[in-house]
Formats: sequence, C-alpha cells, structure tokens
Amino acid sequence: MSAVLPTPMAATVVPRIGLLSLKSWGAVALALLVVAVIVPILNLVVPAGSAFHASDYAVQLVAKIMCYAICALAMDLIWGYTGILSLGHGVFFALGGYAMGMYLMRQIGSDGQYRLPMPDFMVFLNWKEFPWHWALSDSFIAQMALVVLVPGLLAFVFGYFAFRSRIKGVYFSIITQAMTYAAMLLFFRNETGFGGNNGFTDFKRILGTPIATPSMRMLLFVITGLTLIGFFLLARWLVNSKFGRVLQAIRDAETRVMFTGYDPLRYKLAIWVISAVMCGIAGALYVPQIGIINPGEMSPAASIEIAIWAAVGGRGTLIGPIIGAFFVNGAKSWFTQAFPEFWLYFLGALFIAVTIFLPQGIIGLLRRKKEPA
Amino acid sequence: MTPDLMKAGAQAKVEHERKVAAAAGQSGGRVASYSRVATGELDVTHGAILYLDDITVSFDGFKALNALSLSISAGEMRCIIGPNGAGKTTMMDVITGKTRPDLGKAHFGSTIDLLRMRENEIASIGIGRKFQKPTVFEQLSVFENLELALKADRGVRSSMFFRLNGEQLDRIGAMLALIHLKDSAQRTAGLLSHGQKQWLEIGMLLMQDPKLLLLDEPVAGMTDEETERTAELFLSLEGNHSLVVVEHDMKFIGELTQNGKNGKKVTVLHEGSVLAEGLLSEVQANEKVVEVYLGR
Repeated sequence: MSAVLPTPMAATVVPRIGLLSLKSWGAVALALLVVAVIVPILNLVVPAGSAFHASDYAVQLVAKIMCYAICALAMDLIWGYTGILSLGHGVFFALGGYAMGMYLMRQIGSDGQYRLPMPDFMVFLNWKEFPWHWALSDSFIAQMALVVLVPGLLAFVFGYFAFRSRIKGVYFSIITQAMTYAAMLLFFRNETGFGGNNGFTDFKRILGTPIATPSMRMLLFVITGLTLIGFFLLARWLVNSKFGRVLQAIRDAETRVMFTGYDPLRYKLAIWVISAVMCGIAGALYVPQIGIINPGEMSPAASIEIAIWAAVGGRGTLIGPIIGAFFVNGAKSWFTQAFPEFWLYFLGALFIAVTIFLPQGIIGLLRRKKEPA
Repeated sequence: MTPDLMKAGAQAKVEHERKVAAAAGQSGGRVASYSRVATGELDVTHGAILYLDDITVSFDGFKALNALSLSISAGEMRCIIGPNGAGKTTMMDVITGKTRPDLGKAHFGSTIDLLRMRENEIASIGIGRKFQKPTVFEQLSVFENLELALKADRGVRSSMFFRLNGEQLDRIGAMLALIHLKDSAQRTAGLLSHGQKQWLEIGMLLMQDPKLLLLDEPVAGMTDEETERTAELFLSLEGNHSLVVVEHDMKFIGELTQNGKNGKKVTVLHEGSVLAEGLLSEVQANEKVVEVYLGR
C-alpha cells in the first residue's frame, strides 16, 4: 500500500487546541473573582444602605439559578452533544436534594415542633424508629456519597436497559418523563419515608453550624459558584476530548459509530451517568440554600424546564445553557412578580420563538452578530 | 470406580497440567491436540477470509437471502452484482451483524463466528463497511472523522485521555493525501460534496486497518474521474486487504476487473442466492445472467 501513499507530512494537519482560548480563560478567571470575592464583599462588607450592597434576596436568587445552570449544563452534555433528549433530569436533581435534605433533617435534632429527636413528619406518622434508608442519614460524609451514588445508580440502571434495548429519540424522552413521574408519585406517599407532599423543610443546621446566618449562606453561595465553574471546565474537557467527539458522532450517525468499532452503549451510558450525577450535586447544593425539597421537583414540568433553559441558551455550546438558565430564570423571577398569571404563557411563547427563530439559541444570536455572514 | 482407575485419572490430570504449563507462551498457551485454534484471532490458514454457508434471511415470508453460500479468499477482491432486491445489502447486513439470519453460518477466517458478535465487535476484529449512502460524522471536521476511525483502543476511558502521537498524525496526514482531502482537513464533513464524502468514508474505513472491506456501491454519485481514481485505489489495496465490492455500475466493475483480464471473479446474486460466478466475460456470456438482467 505504501506505493500509493505520498510522504507523510504531519505539519499540514493542525489541531491540538487547548481546553479554552485565552479570552475564555479570562472570562473564567473573572467569574471566579465575582463568585469568590466580589459578591461576598458586596453582600457582607458593603453596608445595607449602599447602592452597591448585594441583598440577601439577590444572593439567594443567583445561587438558585447557579444550581439550575448546573442542570442546564448537564442537559447540554446529554442532549446538545449526544443528541439524547432527557425529559426526566429533574428526578436526579431531586434525588441529590433529598439525600442532602435527609442529613439536614437529622441535624434539626430535637428542635422540631414536637421536641423529639426525629423529623416532625415521622413523629406525626407515629413512627418509633427510622426506616432502613435513613440508616446513614446522621453522617454528613455518607449522605454526600449518596448525593452522587443514588442519582448515579438510578441513571446507570435505567440507562443500561434503555440503551441496550436501543431506545432512541422521542421514545427515550417519553420514558424519562414516565420515570420522573413515577418517582414523584412514589415520593408523594407518606409511607415512602420522605415526608410525603411536604417534603423536607425548616432546616436549622449544617455540620452543627446554624444554616441561616449570612456567612453560612455566603459560603454555600461560593461553593455553588465554584462547583458551576468546575463543572463547566470538566464538561469542556470532556467534549474537547476524543470521548466528546465520539458523543457528537453518536448524535450524527450512530450506526457509523458502531461500524467503526465503538460500542455506543458504553459511551451513552457514561455521559448519561455523568450528567445525572451533575444534576444530583446541583440538587444537593440547592436544598440548603432554598430551604425546602419536595416531590414537586420531580414533576414532568420541572424536567421540561431544564430542557428549555438549554434550548434557549443554545445547545451544544456549554456556555449557552448556563446563559439560558440565567436568562429564563431571571425573566421568571421578574415576570412572576409583575404578571404572575402570564409566566407559563410567556415560557411557552419563548420556547416556540427560540425553536423557530433562534435554533442556536442566545449564543447563536450573539455569534451571528459578531461575524455577519 | 476402582482405586486403579482413580489413580490413572489423577495421573492423566497431572500429565495434562504439565503439558499445558509447558506449552504456555507457545502458540498462545495451546497444545496441538487440545483446542487447536484460539477464538478471537483471525485465522486464514485455510485460505478463506469470509465464509458464508447456507444463509437464509426472511422478512415476513419474503426470502431476502435464500441459502446463500459464498467464500472470499484472503487478499481477494470480489465484485458482486445483481439486480435490485437480489439481497446484496442484506448480505452485508448479515456479515456486519446488523441482521441475524434465520439459518446458516457466517465465519470470518476459519475460527470466528460472526453470528455471535455485535456490530462494534465485528468492526473491531477487522471488517469495515461502507454504506450505500455515504455516512460520515457531518458536524465534525474531516480530520476528526479520520481521527475517530483511526485504529486505537475503543474504550471510554482511553478515549477521554487519548492524544494523537506523531506516528498517528502522520497516518492521518497520509490518508488525507490519499483521499485527496488534504486541503479540506479542517472543513466540516457535512459541507463536502457527495463524491468527497464517499472518499472520506473510504478513508475512514482504511484508518481502521480492516482485513476485509465491504463496499456498498462505493462510486455512486462520483464523477467519471473520481470513479477511475477509486478503481485505482481499490486495486492498490488488494493483497493486504480483502475487498467485497457491491456495484451496479458495470463500467466500474469493468475497470476493477480490467474486463476479466486480471483474473478477478465476479459473483452474480439473484433472488437471494448465487446465480453465477466467474470472470466478468464469463458471467456476461452466461444465459441465466442475461435473462435476469434483460428480462428475456
């Protein structure tokens, strides 16, 4: 064969780009600075009367949106890059949240309404001892492990059977909806041992420290921000690797991937589990800051919203879904105050408008502006 | 069981274990009398690289393949022709694991049973397939398409940490030159012309270093010049690779077989089985083939 091959020349073939461009690294550094230095100073040091003061409300809102942004990022990995639309990511978010919530419930100790060393809802149900799945709930480390393991394991089992049966496209989306809906019904029941429709709330402490103090809030905010930035870099690394290119290849031509010798099952399962675990961690960060977790987070609509954030921001860009989460949730918090009845109409209209006019989302719009074709 | 028998049995066992231990390191730890060939390794010592026997596939009672038997020698280039619905694509589906036959055997070399393997496993052991409609990864660049096809560990973790080394970079560069896409290396594959996509797909196949190439209408949509170059490329591959070319274009078949002068065999499929086999000139003169093709 060598007769037909001209002399090899490595110089002509380019790539090997770094993880991010210099400009993007600058943006990451700026984001780090804002999250870890500027916001804490504006909130804790600048006096409340000052125009530069960041209110507790604003900090909490941004923290919540950052949790959502992690979900949107996770959605982008599975939907934007691998072409698998999950409409059940809310279940992973909620499971992570519940795992954190169980620990926080135990931290209440005997300070609940009934002054007993058990969560109020268990006392109310007249339970004398903890159900089996609460066995580890007193240990922070064990519960943090469960934040990762429970969503990861559910995703692994569900994904394994779904992908092995080669369930694709809209059928996969529908069964993910069914999964989150089934989980919601299960968690609504009091017997399940997760507080029924009230879920968990009224948290008092985390690691023995009061949870509602300004400094604890700020600490959780900073951790959330760092997690978001860390996950962004992790996701960027994943999609820049050959692994990420195989994912995109699966999205574009799965049969070709198979006939090239790759097992799509393993790749899909890997990114599916990574994505689920990211959502679980987002849920665990969400619960102590918002102070409540209930089965409503598993409602089909909550999962669909995650997909909307990703679509509005721009799929397959990583940064887009983060922007989308901020844009949609920012609009939501303003809209639900100004015109509470119209929010859902607006959300529906936004989704349709983006699908028709901005298939690349907000990021696509920005890029088009920058380089007019 | 008598004590004598037990003793003899124990001795035989010890003897066997000693033999196995002695043979470790030679011929893959096998003893000549015991499991002669290792499965999973391509064995072409019997001459055939692909061996189909009595393959039958039916879809709702319609027999797409009807007791098809075919054997391809190592290093051979075989052209397969046949009218629409003769079962050419179904045959490729069976070989690559996409379709499971109702009956029959399919072996790669003399040891590997293709019917027990999945698509990606079959691809990994060295059977490359080009589809009728060119399928490349449209959103990736030409370079990245070749990089994914490059023979390397297909595992998830190793692709996360994969980096091209200089030698692999050279291979991709050489392939880009071979398929005349060097200037388009950084272009998105979806933007290529139909003929260029065909070439890219062929290039991707070759990057996998397959032992057997299955090419389903590889020159569909190519210009005459491209077709000619493709024929040259295929002829240059023969020897190191075995090729099975399914084609409608008789002109292309003529080029590949040099109108029968280079001794390449042509197989004619009809209604799911082999109708005729031989040099191009022979099958063209065959009464039955003429009848099937011209409907007389």
